[in-house]
Amino acid sequence: MDWPFLARTAGELLTGVPLTLQLTGIALCAGFVLAASVAALAHNRLAPLRWLARLYVGLFQGTPLLVQIFIIYYGFGQIEYLRSSFLWPFLAQAYWCAIIALSLNTSAYGAEIIRGAIAAVPRNEIEAAQAMGMSGFLLRRRIIWPQALRYGLANYGNEAILLLKATSLASVITLMDVTGIAYRLVSKTYRSEEIFTISGMIYLSLTFVIVGCVHMLERWLLPRNRV
Amino acid sequence: MNTSSLTLVGFGPDGWGKLLVIAAGLTLIAALCSFAIGGLLGTAGAALKLSSAPLLRWIGTFYTTVLRGIPEILIVYLFYFGGSLALTHLMHLAGFPGFFSLPSFVIGVVAIGLVSGAYQTEAYRSAYLRLDRGQIEAGKACGMSRTVLLWRIIAPQTLRFALPALGNIWQSVLKETALLSIIGLVELLRQSTIASGATRQPLLFYGTAALLYLLMGQLTGFGIRSVEKRLGRCWER
Repeated sequence: MDWPFLARTAGELLTGVPLTLQLTGIALCAGFVLAASVAALAHNRLAPLRWLARLYVGLFQGTPLLVQIFIIYYGFGQIEYLRSSFLWPFLAQAYWCAIIALSLNTSAYGAEIIRGAIAAVPRNEIEAAQAMGMSGFLLRRRIIWPQALRYGLANYGNEAILLLKATSLASVITLMDVTGIAYRLVSKTYRSEEIFTISGMIYLSLTFVIVGCVHMLERWLLPRNRV
Repeated sequence: MNTSSLTLVGFGPDGWGKLLVIAAGLTLIAALCSFAIGGLLGTAGAALKLSSAPLLRWIGTFYTTVLRGIPEILIVYLFYFGGSLALTHLMHLAGFPGFFSLPSFVIGVVAIGLVSGAYQTEAYRSAYLRLDRGQIEAGKACGMSRTVLLWRIIAPQTLRFALPALGNIWQSVLKETALLSIIGLVELLRQSTIASGATRQPLLFYGTAALLYLLMGQLTGFGIRSVEKRLGRCWER
């Protein structure tokens, strides 16, 4: 074992962790807001809006994330209108393209989770609350959202792990996250086993951190689930 | 879309249509091979995780935890760089100098298959746990041997119970084959990159690729759902 090399490599790979976490965190938050909006559309009374939500989910779930990244990073530059708009300073940077693609992608999966969680709230509880005179925001805040959180939190935690893994694709459009640095180091030293094993261990530890956070959130938000 | 774009993705002499369709076929073949490898590994993984020996269970858990916690792209890279280096090393030991590399199709299909095997392990394991114990007892009481029991009672029902989860795994395998484009396999995404480089029309070609992925996913998904329905008839009352 070449310990000095391993230590040096681990040190260099760890400098990519902030970017990986940044991509994950920003896409998770932006994705959640989008997902909640799409899920709200999916429950709308108007059929065309429901179709729109289904189309959105179908488009982003049905195509590879890499294709979505390429369309945003390479494809959007072709649209003259976008090039002259205020969005261009963002779309010209790989960083923002990755964040946009990851947020849109995760929001499609998140929307399905939220929709499922809200649909899982027992009908009779909602009716009971309505019989007590609750409606609108009060009904949502007191009955629907807390119950939906109970059903959806674990699934959303899984989605966060998938998102963490997905951020590695940002390295394909030149971002220097953990995977990007690993690739650069491998093409310099050709010691692929060591480098990719260490990067794998970094991702695995980050996965465990997310699992731990979700458990903590569950205990904090859902005290009645405690055993 | 104007006429010149249509010509570009069409099947005429200036069109990339034929190449794109061939590449989409390769994507489909790569996905099928990966899914099949994943099926074998998944069966083995489920057997390990359901085993009564703690060590075997631990190996199974290690496999599913590691392979599901690491980005697929890293595994593809590891096999791509590591596979060729290991092969070259082996060939040197056997007395053949020079550099040897495995075809990227093989590397990619094995890497994606390994990941999909970890997900399929969970699918088969939970399906097996849903089996009615009484039927296994009954089979034993009828004098069925372990093989007959597995073949007639366990395998068909496990497969049926696992089918919805397998359908989802198939969809993600189909999309993950896009990763093979970065190790040089000319599948659908790579072919679109080549075409957009030659024509300077990335939006058109990546858009077409996206549509073809959607089409493949929808058609196979429809097929899987109809099989699910057909096989589910015996549970309907």
